[in-house]
Amino acid sequence: MIRVVIDPIACDAYGFCAELLPEAITLDEWGYPMVDGAPLPADLVEVARRAARDCPRRAITLREPKSRS
Amino acid sequence: MVSASGTLPETKRYRILGHPTDLAGHVAALGPVPLPTSSSPAWREAFVSALEASGLPGRGGAGFPAAIKLAVAHGAGGRGVVVVNGMEGEPASDKDKLLLLRSPHLVLDGAQLLAAASGARSVTVCVPEGRDHVAAAVATALAERAGTGHAPLPETLVHPPDRFVAGEESALVRWIASGASLPAFRPDKGLPLRVGRQAALVHNAETLAHVAMIARTGPDAFRGHGLVEDPGTCLITISGTVENPGVVEVDRGTPLIDIVRRATLHQAPQALLVGGYGGAWVGPEHFATPYASLSLRAVGSSAGVGVVIALGPDACGLMETARIAHYLAGQSAGQCGPCVYGLPAIADDMARLARGRTDVALMARLDRRLEEVDGRGACRHPDGAVQLVRSALSVFVADVRSHTGGATCPHVDIPTQLRFPTLLGAGGA
Repeated sequence: MIRVVIDPIACDAYGFCAELLPEAITLDEWGYPMVDGAPLPADLVEVARRAARDCPRRAITLREPKSRS
Repeated sequence: MVSASGTLPETKRYRILGHPTDLAGHVAALGPVPLPTSSSPAWREAFVSALEASGLPGRGGAGFPAAIKLAVAHGAGGRGVVVVNGMEGEPASDKDKLLLLRSPHLVLDGAQLLAAASGARSVTVCVPEGRDHVAAAVATALAERAGTGHAPLPETLVHPPDRFVAGEESALVRWIASGASLPAFRPDKGLPLRVGRQAALVHNAETLAHVAMIARTGPDAFRGHGLVEDPGTCLITISGTVENPGVVEVDRGTPLIDIVRRATLHQAPQALLVGGYGGAWVGPEHFATPYASLSLRAVGSSAGVGVVIALGPDACGLMETARIAHYLAGQSAGQCGPCVYGLPAIADDMARLARGRTDVALMARLDRRLEEVDGRGACRHPDGAVQLVRSALSVFVADVRSHTGGATCPHVDIPTQLRFPTLLGAGGA
């Protein structure tokens, strides 16, 4: 149950993430990424890791909710 | 109102306003602050259980339970700091200024109690720069207390910049640590705030005054007011089309219309703005709504900071909303794209709507922008603006229809009935 979390302060609207992961990330009219907060399908986790790695601002984290949440 | 207060002797009534300002008078009226004489687990246990039993939520806007906040700070280890949030950046709110002016010792007692219970080593009081009369009152109180048993931990007064988001708690602790008044991205709100490595327990002035009263009276006196699920009294700043604007202390659950009548209405209001500029408009069909978190949520509002503004019949609710949206856009900390670009765009759409300069795409565009900006800032600043604008589109729906129909609004150029710290341009367009 991995989710994409975007740090809106770090994000500078490069938009690479939405190109890599259009299934989970779309851009608003100013080019900032929007995620719906839903768990990522298993087959998208690897490309999501790449999107996180490739973000020039390191604004993306993949969060695995701990048992308490 | 169902309240136990009517059955109590006058002296037992729970109030945070109306107590003496100077230290001698404060102690004579309320008794000394019940601080532990030494590090005492039994004292801490009693204090924490009274706070839990009171059900006191934070009165700064978010309404997070004070007892849980204390547990988080205590769990973060000792040597922390208690921060008195006297920033009150909400332009329509005066309650924390009034408390710090009239009952500074009650607020400071609350900070010392929480410091003792959380293992903190100091108290930092934040009053924004330029608010000199409040700063002077606090400085006088600090001087009275220094070296007495009321201030076993050092109390320091500091002056962050006077901006809307400066009082957001993560921005406040960051300013104390580094001088940068900027909110932080905190995906996990269960983690303690820190000033450098010190755990920081941040509470607004009103919450601290309640802590100090509850420690003296016990939780039942607090719970003798208000509702079972939303107990106690709260401070509300009333303004708008009223004879006597100002701050009142009311029981939670008091109907909105009864609250504004305390300030004597000039005219029947067309709407009430509840919860501050990041709150929501409430229409006449909901004027009897109790001032309580759940009831206000049910009508699309939130308790927010304690604010009720009565909008007179000769105002354009859409234009007033455009002015607030423009103000809030200008108060962005400038860190998050959706806030930096989204709030000015939303304010501009509102101003166009208010002036009847609409096109077929405007309403759809505005709805989409509200949807997209909501929840996408590091702090809740953009969410408040979105809630306000959404409420305006719903409460003033008849105006929306006539404005989008190209009718000229007779009230659009009437001067604002709202308060803003600085003069605004024409409607934010």
